[in-house]
Amino acid sequence: MDELEAIKVTFFQECEELLADLEGGLLAMQEGAGDLETVNAVFRAVHSIKGGAGAFGLEPLVRFAHVFETLLDAVRSGSVPNTVELAAVLLRASDILADHVSAARGLGDVDMGASAAMAAELEAWTDPNAAPAHAPAAVVEEAAPVAAAPVAADEDAMDDDDLGFVFVPQTISVEAQAADAELIPSNVWTVSIRPKSDLYRKANETALLLRELSRLGPIKATLDDSALPALKDLDPEAAFVTWSVRLETDEDESAIREVFEFVDGDCDLEIARGEGGVQAAMAALLSVAEAPVAEVAEAAAPTPAPEPIEIPAPAPVAEAAPVAPAPAPVAEAAKPAAASPKATPVEVPGPGQSVIRVDPERIDRLIDLVGELVINQAMLAQRVGEYGIAPSSNLAMGLDELEQLTREIQDSVMAIRAQPVKSVFQRMPRLVREVANMTGKQARLVMDGENTEVDKTVIERLSDPITHMLRNAIDHGLESPEERKAAGKNPEGVVRLAALHRSGRIVIEVSDDGKGINRERVFSIAVKKGLISPDLQLTDEEIDNLIFLPGFSTADKISDVSGRGVGMDVVKRSVQALGGRISIASRPGQGSTFTLSLPLTLAVLDGMVVDVAGETLVVPLAAIVESLRPKPEEVRPLGPVGSVLAVRDSFVPLIDVGLTLGYRDESPHPTDGVVLLVEGEDGSRAALVADAIHGQRQVVIKSLEQNYQQVEGVAAATILGDGRVALILDVDATIAMRRREGGAPRPPEPTLIAAE
Amino acid sequence: MTRTILTVDDSRTMRDMLRMALAGAGFNVVEAVDGEHGLEVLSAHRPDVIITDINMPKLDGFGFIEAVRVDDDYRAIPILVLTTESDPAKKQRAREAGATGWIVKPFNPEKLVDAIRRVAA
Repeated sequence: MDELEAIKVTFFQECEELLADLEGGLLAMQEGAGDLETVNAVFRAVHSIKGGAGAFGLEPLVRFAHVFETLLDAVRSGSVPNTVELAAVLLRASDILADHVSAARGLGDVDMGASAAMAAELEAWTDPNAAPAHAPAAVVEEAAPVAAAPVAADEDAMDDDDLGFVFVPQTISVEAQAADAELIPSNVWTVSIRPKSDLYRKANETALLLRELSRLGPIKATLDDSALPALKDLDPEAAFVTWSVRLETDEDESAIREVFEFVDGDCDLEIARGEGGVQAAMAALLSVAEAPVAEVAEAAAPTPAPEPIEIPAPAPVAEAAPVAPAPAPVAEAAKPAAASPKATPVEVPGPGQSVIRVDPERIDRLIDLVGELVINQAMLAQRVGEYGIAPSSNLAMGLDELEQLTREIQDSVMAIRAQPVKSVFQRMPRLVREVANMTGKQARLVMDGENTEVDKTVIERLSDPITHMLRNAIDHGLESPEERKAAGKNPEGVVRLAALHRSGRIVIEVSDDGKGINRERVFSIAVKKGLISPDLQLTDEEIDNLIFLPGFSTADKISDVSGRGVGMDVVKRSVQALGGRISIASRPGQGSTFTLSLPLTLAVLDGMVVDVAGETLVVPLAAIVESLRPKPEEVRPLGPVGSVLAVRDSFVPLIDVGLTLGYRDESPHPTDGVVLLVEGEDGSRAALVADAIHGQRQVVIKSLEQNYQQVEGVAAATILGDGRVALILDVDATIAMRRREGGAPRPPEPTLIAAE
Repeated sequence: MTRTILTVDDSRTMRDMLRMALAGAGFNVVEAVDGEHGLEVLSAHRPDVIITDINMPKLDGFGFIEAVRVDDDYRAIPILVLTTESDPAKKQRAREAGATGWIVKPFNPEKLVDAIRRVAA
């Protein structure tokens, strides 16, 4: 059962992919792609979902998928025209199908009213003439009398389905035998089989049919080969023989007939109760039901039908099992086929897999181990350095190679866990449709770079910010269709979602072709909300970035969509927590672009190792703009507690990390240490004062929260080459802490004030 | 002798279901994701029985069966098609293409093994 559960997981994974394919295909159809391949792919997606759902007995999903599939099949066959309007309906249907999948998975519910309405809509599209809901019921009612009057129903049945009912006339002949049946042993049957060449063409085999019969009870098979031509005249592809089988079984006729299910129509078959019933049955068969038999008369074997049976068993009589090699075209060597039990010896399931599925936990463990290896290698290198071994020595060179290899292993292992962002992107078209509907906007989503790969740890955290940025782009970025028309734009706005790799990071861009940020309004709102002072001079970019300030919301009223109590400031904070940054660029009247950049993995980090008050800290390299040793004249006091550093033509606040984190109560003079000029995610700069720099290093991130607890100003921890734990600085939090302190009335800090 | 079964289906779920049922019954299983792939795998593994889906990209089940049946090396291999109850027309088309038998989805392992026994020498 565990295996079944695992397959169910696979099924839902596959559903996600299929739903994405479905959506992609439908979007293409909406754009006007009416080619058969697209329609087929769309059909297959729904068909496969239905198939899997059926296997797991997910009834509501199967039912909805079935209605959906039926319409798609009609589109595929051309009986329903493929139009843009239809594609829109199908897209909405795909959303409901996705809801059904989620519900089947136990995530969320389906709005059954909406589902039923959609099913009715799909049915109406499938057959515009059919009175909804009545048709199926009528069929069921009609079906009932069929059982009561089999003969009458036959012709209809044969019209619809030429498989099941071809031999119904047989039933009559058997009924005719019923009187005789009382006189002879009730469990003896005579089965006559005359294969046609089609039977062999389809790789069926008389010997196997006999074997199956023998599973019902002891059989005695008689071969009539009288119609077999001389060898030189023999057409190896044709069929010439007739088998007559005496079967003793307590099973009923349907069980016997079932043996011949696969060869239905590919052989003449008579089943009669009793020893000699065959002739009578055959005669009855021929007189009653000429058509189906004659229709498929074999050209190669012009055997008069009744003959072989009248000739009393001249041919070798074989006991069931070792079947005499029939002169079948497929010259199979007769095998001891005695009612073989179903299973063959157990062996390990075979090859043929090109993809290995691995439990993610194993990969996580591997990544952890490689992390340890990186640390260990760094420790080793440090020790060797401490012993003063020359860099040109064999030992040092060997260590260099080890470092190289370690890096490569690390990259390769990370690549195993890397996944395309597609899994996140594919959820977005639906979101865009829904948000557009809710806000009365017309929006088209264009996606790019879905195959960009990024570590699984990052993928999982991308969804929320992207969702929010898209919502924002449609709700606040795009104009209403009327406004767009008035501005001379296409009423349908375009929202673009793109992913790309840039300098070792993944960049996600969300852009719209809307109205852009109204800077005057943003500025006045920020002033009104007391976020900035009214006389502040800000550049355009700085004004744009005001929307990331906590408590800022440009919507006049809280809308259904963006106003879920979450502003862009929350997005920003969650992005920063991942070591990412977010920025906005806007051009009035032309739209805005949000750019989100994140590290490719959350497992390792490139950092600068620094000393602060005797502690070792790691500052994320991504945040560092430059490092410098300040000259005394560049340090200026500012206000009662702070000081600033003149960097070229601007001033940045000086922050003593040791003081902020509470390592020391008094800061040394900045000129005694080193200054790291860092840039926060909002673009604000600060100068972090440290005592010394040890250099740049890749470190493995260890969660502080998991192992200890969250500490403000500290993002995570790592283990250094010498085995010591070092904290990784959270640059933004540090800046924020310092700002708060700077604003609060605190005892003056003489060292800073007396800087000059 | 362990029999080798080739399963051809574009749905991973279905392939997994088949593999579970078949491996559980002691068969050796090889897989293909569509008809084209099926023909490639066929020559590499020479299966004793083929089980194929009908709706597949690239080469569908009908095309696949026809291709197997015109190849002198493989035409004697029994082919079971996966069909649904609701579509007798497809079943008929598959038979015309040369399918040996069929398995109605959703199937249970017993039905599946039963169908294989009926067509496998």
